[in-house]
Amino acid sequence: MTTTAYEPNVVLATETFDVVGTRPIRHDGTDKVTGRAEYGSDGQPVSVLYCKILRSPHAHARIKSVDTSKAEALDGVKAVVTGKDFPSSPPDEEWSGTTGTFKLKDLREHRLATKKVLYKGHPVAGVAAVNQHVAQEAIELIDVQYEPLPPIMTAPQGMAKGATLLHDDLFTEEAGEKGDTPSNLASHLQYKKGDIEKGFAEADVIIEREFNTATVHQGYIEPHSCTVHWNKDGKVHIWNSTQAPFDVRDMTAGILGLSSTDVRLTPKEIGGGFGGKWEPYGEPICALLSKKTGRPVHNALTRAEELESTGPTPGSYIKVKMGITNEGKMVAAQGHLAYEAGAYLGSPVDPGAQCIFAPYDIPNVLIDGYDVVVNKPKTAAYRAPGATNAAFASETVVDEFAEKLGIDPIELRLLNAAKEGTRRADGPVFPRVGCVEVLEAMRDHPHYSAPLEGPNRGRGVAIGFWFNVGLQSAANMNVNGDGTVTLTEGSPDIGGSRVGLAMQGAEVLGIPAEDVHPSVVDTDQIGFTAGSGGSRVTFATGWAVYEAASDIKRQLIERAALIWGVDAGDIEMEKGVVQSKSDPDLRFTFKELAAELDGSGGYVSGRGAVDPKGEGGAFAGLIVDVEADPDTGKVQVLRATVVQDAGKAIHPSYVEGQLQGGTAQGIGWGLNEEYFMDPEGRMANSTLLDYRMPIALDLPMIDTVIVEVANPGHPFGVRGVGEVNIISPPAALANALHRALDVRMEQLPMSPGNIMEAVWKKGK
Amino acid sequence: MPTKTHVQTRINGEDVEFLSEPRQSLLECLRDVIGLTGSKEGCNDGNCGACTVNLDGRIVDSCLVLGVEAQGSEILTIEGVATPAGLHPIQTAFLENAALQCGICTPGFIVASKALLEAEPNPSEGRIRLWLAGNLCRCTGYDKIVRAVMDAAGKMS
Repeated sequence: MTTTAYEPNVVLATETFDVVGTRPIRHDGTDKVTGRAEYGSDGQPVSVLYCKILRSPHAHARIKSVDTSKAEALDGVKAVVTGKDFPSSPPDEEWSGTTGTFKLKDLREHRLATKKVLYKGHPVAGVAAVNQHVAQEAIELIDVQYEPLPPIMTAPQGMAKGATLLHDDLFTEEAGEKGDTPSNLASHLQYKKGDIEKGFAEADVIIEREFNTATVHQGYIEPHSCTVHWNKDGKVHIWNSTQAPFDVRDMTAGILGLSSTDVRLTPKEIGGGFGGKWEPYGEPICALLSKKTGRPVHNALTRAEELESTGPTPGSYIKVKMGITNEGKMVAAQGHLAYEAGAYLGSPVDPGAQCIFAPYDIPNVLIDGYDVVVNKPKTAAYRAPGATNAAFASETVVDEFAEKLGIDPIELRLLNAAKEGTRRADGPVFPRVGCVEVLEAMRDHPHYSAPLEGPNRGRGVAIGFWFNVGLQSAANMNVNGDGTVTLTEGSPDIGGSRVGLAMQGAEVLGIPAEDVHPSVVDTDQIGFTAGSGGSRVTFATGWAVYEAASDIKRQLIERAALIWGVDAGDIEMEKGVVQSKSDPDLRFTFKELAAELDGSGGYVSGRGAVDPKGEGGAFAGLIVDVEADPDTGKVQVLRATVVQDAGKAIHPSYVEGQLQGGTAQGIGWGLNEEYFMDPEGRMANSTLLDYRMPIALDLPMIDTVIVEVANPGHPFGVRGVGEVNIISPPAALANALHRALDVRMEQLPMSPGNIMEAVWKKGK
Repeated sequence: MPTKTHVQTRINGEDVEFLSEPRQSLLECLRDVIGLTGSKEGCNDGNCGACTVNLDGRIVDSCLVLGVEAQGSEILTIEGVATPAGLHPIQTAFLENAALQCGICTPGFIVASKALLEAEPNPSEGRIRLWLAGNLCRCTGYDKIVRAVMDAAGKMS
């Protein structure tokens, strides 16, 4: 630490810039504090109809019949659709996008089931009516006959011999080969490094533990919402709340049997996503209804629909076995991860498997991952998908080693920390990463050495790794005569990204961030831009902006050369000033040159379209103090300090916000949040009273340390900051609880009931 | 038989009359009938606070009030917090402290914070957390929201 006095938020900057690293007011801020910003459900077009969706009351059932006649006859109902209204394709026809490769028929069955319902809340029919109340009355008039089947609720249940099958055409994929009998196990993956048996033979201490984690939801405050108009020219226009306009456009087009650009998607402001708003839910249904009625159709999910039928993140069963020498050198690590995919394949078990031991340089590793379909909603991405479950397991075992060996938990991690050159078990060799720097900042933070007195209190630490992603982004910039620059880009602004992007353009051009005016535009107005997720916007779209601004810079130099009649090679542009290297009288400020553009060849535009490969993996850690009530199991978080390597914090306030928000979500995941499923496989707590996300009273101030180990793969060193901060909290809380109550928690959430069970078990 | 009831209110300092079906909430009337979409729907059952408005001096979840119940009442929504002269100090503090990320919960937090600072001009951190316990934010972890309210309190006193 370079600071001596305690500060709640610290930036350990390694390089300084003029605009990057400052804290301007976000450009979209005024609209968002005055209620003017238009989110998914705000401002509907004239003649809009309202859609409600009939959903399965069963977790698993065959559909015997659907009779929509009474609903169609209800006054005010304009159309009813079922999955039979989708086009059909050959059974094996596939669709591919940024989220993976899926069978088209599964994508359609997921949106509107015709054969089987695979989770409580699975859509069966959609109604468009003059208002939402009539639409609701109408769906209650649809008669569906079901043949209920036994539900599969956990990954181990789904993998058990003789388990009821969800799909009769799902065959286990293993080492590139497909199995020959149908199974609930969609895939089995394995990562190997060294010799696991040799590793355990070298170990002085071996610990093996089993863990279960509950299904949890992203919990964004704005439910999914869309309005769709199928025009008479065959073009479909979607206005919605999404993280991923192009991805949702493409998947919706695939489901509807259209070409991508037959669909135009206008992203409205987005009220949170955390990975959960990357795929269409109501869009294809509203499209069918719009085609039938000729009118725009709007759908907004209720909170119960959100919880019961949009992507949660998987519950999981994880087994970890690790071996260490008496000197504290980790020599072997073995992981078995079985994740619930939900109703269709595609859990984040692969990233979980890649991250589980990634913070450490361990010579002998064996990891098996299992993607298992179960009768729960299809999971979707949630902030570092798969990694939090995995780290809860591995990081509590590491803590147990520290206790057994009498080594400080941070020092033990430093002894084994991954560095540049460390090869991960899944193959990649780390480039320059900040694992050591994050651990050192944790060790040196005043929180870590502060006394923690009083009974039933404990302090815990944990760290986590996340890859971050690159993917394609585009940006356009235009210089105006008054010296400002407009910026158009395609990344929905989920947490202040407009300002972070504008700042990168401003830095290149040497102008104030306020002089760059950013807009998020629709899919017909900008080049392909992958969604706002994977911690990628400030990294990849930021790079596109850097390219667009650099393009402008080149053109401004050429224009000045033209105006002055000199060679462009004699001109440089630094800090917003264009000047001749040889003649000090030849000098334009950015504003002066902008005013000369009209009349000297016209205004200047810059373009950037990138697919960067240099995304920098990120580490983060949490120090947390808790007090636990030994009689009730209630846990109060007393103090929390989150440390993260941002590479470079473009706008430190919004980076701090990511660290704090991810930590809060991780604390909710660790202590409260859980899908309670009844014996029939129905969620029993589908309200925000009973699905308990942290409220202001539950949390302390969350202090931050931003470590900056520049990512060599980005012009400003950005790594991306959105996700890795959620990984540590459950494990850090478990480790704190161990010191508070002398119990090792092996189950999430660490709710009062689960804590008391652990306390009583230990007392026996 | 008419299916709607005529409701007279004052909203953000102006007389507003509207027609409400018996089953429509005040939130639905504000958003879909009157066109004031600054109040947001996050749960429609009183658990998230995104629809918070001030009704006759009390902060309420407008999704839990029927449109017809608003007869004769004085309502402040987020649209009435700023004045023609500019933003309210709480709004400025939210911007300066980066107290919003996605912004969907922000209108509810600002309406609730305004009521807090009118009742208690210099609240402690604990009092702020208690007053805002009915408003869910999933993005920020509340840290910067609490700091923004403290900052606004300091500037308003």
